[in-house]
Amino acid sequence: MIGYALKRFLGALPTLFIIITVAFFMMRAAPGGPFDSARKLPPDIERNIKAAYDLDKPLIVQYGIYLERLVHGDLGPSFKSKDFTVAQLIGIGLPVSIRLGLLAMALATSLGVSLGVWAALRQNQWQDYSVMTVAMFGITIPTFVTAPILTLIFGVYGVHIFGVEFTLPVGGWNGGAWRNIILPVVVLSLPQIAIIARLTRGSMIEILRSNYIRTARAKGLSANAVVLRHALRAALLPLVSYLGPAVAGILTGSLIVEQIFGIPGIGRYFIQAALNRDYTLVMGVVICYATLIVLLNFIADMIYSLLDPRVRLS
Amino acid sequence: MNPVGARKAQTLERAFAGRSLWADARARLFRNKAAVAGMMVLGIVTFLALFAPLISRYAYDAIDYSIVTCAPDWWPAEAACNAGGSHWFGTDTVGRDLFVRVLYGARVSLAVGFVATLVSLVIGVLYGATAGYLGGRVDALMMRAVDILYSLPFIFFVIILMVMFDRNFYLLFVAIGAVVWLTMARIVRGQTLSAKQKEYIEAARAAGVSPFGIITRHIIPNVVGPVVVYVTLTVPDVILIESFLSFLGLGIQEPLTSWGVLISDGANIMESAPWMLIFPALFMAVTLFCFNFIGDGLRDALDPKDY
Repeated sequence: MIGYALKRFLGALPTLFIIITVAFFMMRAAPGGPFDSARKLPPDIERNIKAAYDLDKPLIVQYGIYLERLVHGDLGPSFKSKDFTVAQLIGIGLPVSIRLGLLAMALATSLGVSLGVWAALRQNQWQDYSVMTVAMFGITIPTFVTAPILTLIFGVYGVHIFGVEFTLPVGGWNGGAWRNIILPVVVLSLPQIAIIARLTRGSMIEILRSNYIRTARAKGLSANAVVLRHALRAALLPLVSYLGPAVAGILTGSLIVEQIFGIPGIGRYFIQAALNRDYTLVMGVVICYATLIVLLNFIADMIYSLLDPRVRLS
Repeated sequence: MNPVGARKAQTLERAFAGRSLWADARARLFRNKAAVAGMMVLGIVTFLALFAPLISRYAYDAIDYSIVTCAPDWWPAEAACNAGGSHWFGTDTVGRDLFVRVLYGARVSLAVGFVATLVSLVIGVLYGATAGYLGGRVDALMMRAVDILYSLPFIFFVIILMVMFDRNFYLLFVAIGAVVWLTMARIVRGQTLSAKQKEYIEAARAAGVSPFGIITRHIIPNVVGPVVVYVTLTVPDVILIESFLSFLGLGIQEPLTSWGVLISDGANIMESAPWMLIFPALFMAVTLFCFNFIGDGLRDALDPKDY
């Protein structure tokens, strides 16, 4: 087990290295730079600025300097937000993004699995059809359509529940108050709820047909015990391998959600930084996201091999 | 002859007539109501998109400041002004006809969808078939590369590409196509690996057909089923990616438009002019639905083991 973990972990390192390299050279290959402005700077000043950020050195040397600093955990200064280092900016934004992402993941898994199991147990009845229709909506309607529509309903018009007017703020983070979190988390998790419900339903249906479930029923276990103790455990296996793509999906969605709801997470930094050509900040965010994805893929692999020993033996 | 006997004879006759796999699949596909409805609606949307300039008498970039942000005449709710004439979907913030803009958006979105999918199809099929056919160390190396690319946060690279290279329209096709070919390559490789074991490949090799000939003439036609299914599911994915980029302001630029741009504009002003959000969102959602229905139908039709 430890050998397998070590192998997978070492396999992940080149991936990170490639991501960093590709991102670095892609950005530098493009025309324009962080200090281009409408007003041309005097040549001396421009030279000084470039020298201060090592931009006057050959590209390959800059790459070497960047890697060396990175190994020491230094992501460099932000080119545009002059008083901040990239690490500081990420330190501010990342907790917000992670909180949003974790809540969305939790909601997506719990609701998705329950809906999927329910649909599978009522296969080809109205419950199944309605869950799958809603799931289809969740998959096809993009985040940037659901976000404004839900804002319009819950934020602008307001909803009356048992005679109590129920409105939610249309944006802002407000230090993470729960009223501000609800809409972004729901919007972010909708597509994942849909995908997870479909996955769970599919694997559940297949497993309910298998022989050992028939055995469990035949020996007189209650319906609940059969579903919860025998079927669900095996049916969740494909979900574990969906963990990686789910995280990638949530990260991609957070770019949009943070933009729409004005949440100060790193997704919003990324778009701004890319538009401003803030090289170091873009790199920092890409490294941050890539590490998250690689790490979660690694964790998913580990869980999978724990649950299904055949994987690490092959 | 009694009815049961007649039916039996008919069945036998049909069995002996020998329908090809494709005829079988087609029959199953056309029995699937959702898939057929999807194809019809998609046909209508494509027709409207193709003939947009002939259908509407307004140009997609014709600005009319006398009817800025006006609701269509039939709009049920109270609106500041009504556009009148044949502005069926109302007008946008500079008085352009929304109907024709939604159709032009359909043109761009569908074009991006099909072209980028085609790019990914060509790369993915050739790559996957080569890796699967050659096998061994080459296969391991090629698929390892795919694995690494898979774990890259690709949307970020597309965003960097679009920002850095000034939102080039053609680059958009390439960038998106380069993102989605990976799954295609995996599917084709898997199919190729199993097709390779078949006797007819053995026969072809014995007859002296070159590896390239075997790949293009024998392997690719036989792995086409899953690929077709995946293609129909890729097109909506690509349309989503494009509108995602356009929504962030990184895709299609004014005055040209796409569904993502229109939805983004509409979302900004949805409180006072909900039609600007509703119509493009509706067109996009319906189109994506159609592709998904067709894809599901094709999967059921081409994979008879569920029947």
